[in-house]
Amino acid sequence: MENVGVCDEFVNLKATELRLGLPGTEDGCEEEKQKVSCIKSNKRALPEPEKNNESKTETASPPKAQIVGWPPVRSYRKNNIQTKKNESEGQGMYVKVSMDGAPYLRKIDLTVYKQYPELMKSLENMFKFSVGEYFEREGYKGSEFVPTYEDKDGDWMLVGDVPWEMFVSSCKRLRIMKGSEVKGLGCGV
Amino acid sequence: MDLRLPSKVLEHIFSFVDSNEDRNSVSLVCKSWYETERRTRKKIFVRNCYAVTPEAVARRFPEMRSLTLKGKPHFADYNLVPDGWGGYAWPWIEALAEKSPSLEELRLKRMVVTDECLEKIAASFKEFKALVLTSCEGFSTDGLAAIAVACSNLRELELRECIVEDLGGDWLSYFPETLTSLVSLDFSCLDSAVKLSDLERLVSRSPNLKSLKLNRAVSLEALGSLLRLAPQLVELGTGSFSDKLDQEAVSKLSQAFSELKQLKSLSGLWDVHPEYIPLLYSVCPRLTSLNLSYATVQMPDLVELLSRCSNLQKLWVMDLIEDKGLEAVASSCKELRELRVFPSGAEDLDETNVAMTEQGLVSVSEVCPNLESVLYFCVQFTNEALVTIARNRPNLKCFRLCVMEPFSPDHKTQKPLDEGFKAIVEGCKDLQRLSVSGLLTDKAFQYIGTHGKKIRMLSIAFAGESDLMLHHLLSGCESLNKLEIRDCPFGDTALLENAAKLETMRSLWMSSCFVSFGACKLLSQKMPKLNVEVIDEHPPETRPDSSPVERIYIYRTLAGPRLDMPEFVWTIHKNLEIGVSNLAIE
Repeated sequence: MENVGVCDEFVNLKATELRLGLPGTEDGCEEEKQKVSCIKSNKRALPEPEKNNESKTETASPPKAQIVGWPPVRSYRKNNIQTKKNESEGQGMYVKVSMDGAPYLRKIDLTVYKQYPELMKSLENMFKFSVGEYFEREGYKGSEFVPTYEDKDGDWMLVGDVPWEMFVSSCKRLRIMKGSEVKGLGCGV
Repeated sequence: MDLRLPSKVLEHIFSFVDSNEDRNSVSLVCKSWYETERRTRKKIFVRNCYAVTPEAVARRFPEMRSLTLKGKPHFADYNLVPDGWGGYAWPWIEALAEKSPSLEELRLKRMVVTDECLEKIAASFKEFKALVLTSCEGFSTDGLAAIAVACSNLRELELRECIVEDLGGDWLSYFPETLTSLVSLDFSCLDSAVKLSDLERLVSRSPNLKSLKLNRAVSLEALGSLLRLAPQLVELGTGSFSDKLDQEAVSKLSQAFSELKQLKSLSGLWDVHPEYIPLLYSVCPRLTSLNLSYATVQMPDLVELLSRCSNLQKLWVMDLIEDKGLEAVASSCKELRELRVFPSGAEDLDETNVAMTEQGLVSVSEVCPNLESVLYFCVQFTNEALVTIARNRPNLKCFRLCVMEPFSPDHKTQKPLDEGFKAIVEGCKDLQRLSVSGLLTDKAFQYIGTHGKKIRMLSIAFAGESDLMLHHLLSGCESLNKLEIRDCPFGDTALLENAAKLETMRSLWMSSCFVSFGACKLLSQKMPKLNVEVIDEHPPETRPDSSPVERIYIYRTLAGPRLDMPEFVWTIHKNLEIGVSNLAIE
């Protein structure tokens, strides 16, 4: 009787519990493996997440099913952090970073780093993994995880493929993929 | 033989009794002590503005000089109380203007304060010295100008996290040149820039200025000149900490900071650019209080800064500090008494810092022997961690844990956090304030009821299984004064069974639970000294008595149902005898 209400609520919350991460985690995995696109540019070909996967993920996460007044942070504080974020977004270059299998996203400011090795180190620390060695033709070797990014054109690239400055100006977001999904791709260069 | 002490002697003795808790006890001894005490009490605290009428307070305490008033319930901070609910300062100010014109200090929390109120204060209290508004709203900078221009003995003007209609920075310029008594000024919550030259002149003619909290609009460069004018500051809230400064400006600012030999408390630090953090190093060793909760500084820089704060007692920081950072803090800041860790991605759970877990708090509890107050937002927790914390720190007085995902179990064992909180309430015998979170069954509340004998304030959300949870709390927690619960699955039974308990408490808030309108009616009829307010969008009378209501706020009162309720607050009228007692006044 009264418990039903709670169960409903509980169920609803569970339903909105978000396994956030970019397409390619769990749900989208199978579709991913099938897609290999050879692109005309010298962009290395990477499994491009299907656009409907993306929209699926996005509709599955409505405005975070906001629970009123939760977490219990004063509006004053919330507003001030928000404003700060918006402002700092103007100054720095904040991009979201997700890692396959990790439930939460992180955000980093690309302008804080001067070159790839610094960025790699930071990502390794943040997500507790190691990135292996980068080779121009073959990509990353010796690691389970591969750092990729989505550029301005919506293409998924391997981090390190383009000169640093170009990377910083074109990177929209980062995704640390499971190496198994990137293996065996060779076309596009 | 007349054994009564003459009232003059009694008065003299009572003048040494500072604490209002003691004064309340004193006034219960006998009529003559009551009379003498009331004529000598100067500082009055009314922790619920609806518990008693302003006239009654003014009548009882003719020598009142300082009044502290609180309005809305605590959960109003989290938007759970609709706008317009109440908490108006006006009736108090109007009454006091007439009956207590010698009032010098007014401290209001969570109240609606209008410009009219501020103008009335300015016009009515000739000796007015201190205005402190915390989490208040309803006024504009025009009201501040009224205070500035008229209160010639003003010592304190503090706006803490208020929502102010900002009509510009002119208000500060209304402080007359003759005002030299300022001790504390806090306008950190205002947006508009004040005129720097006026601020500088104000600061230079205030030799007693000990506390200055600037708003974000005050630049780093301006800060430098202000600090040079007030090296005696004990508390500083900086403005924005991120302009581009040239070498010379940086070294001047550094010099200014190093001159602050009395500085104990530092806050503000909006938009801190990591490059400028070293400017603070010179004041670190003396700091006892540091509020970095608005500074988006990353862990390494935080650690570097905090490693120099060996005397720190109070630290507010964001979860950007991470477990690693807290571990480092623990070893540098052994004097720590109060720790608050706020979430950096407050709105978006997906941006919450993954590297902040139970481990950070465990480290601090291990190393800091004086740690007694904790507010901790994090992503996950374990029973083991709670047990360890309780064992390490039996001296905890305030423990507020917020595991941000509702219903989160122990992330290692997947069990509820019942056993962990059991350890907390069993081990920390002096615990006065507790907020629980995570997956909790009725058992957790049984433990709290059994062991939490000193708990005065308890906050609960998304927990428990049945009426038992509420029953355990109301029947077990002897010192319970404030209880606030949201989204828990209990109904009427426990509430009605423990109705008498409610008169011994200041207030009870319940929202999104299963308490029915019928129960509210019953409670209201049986308990004459309680106001039972049903806060619901839809008139509860149009629904069956058994249907649950959205929000209920119950509080003890001598003043009867209030007359300023908006249309969404429903209460049941009853006959009251209003008598004088100590319940409402603390």
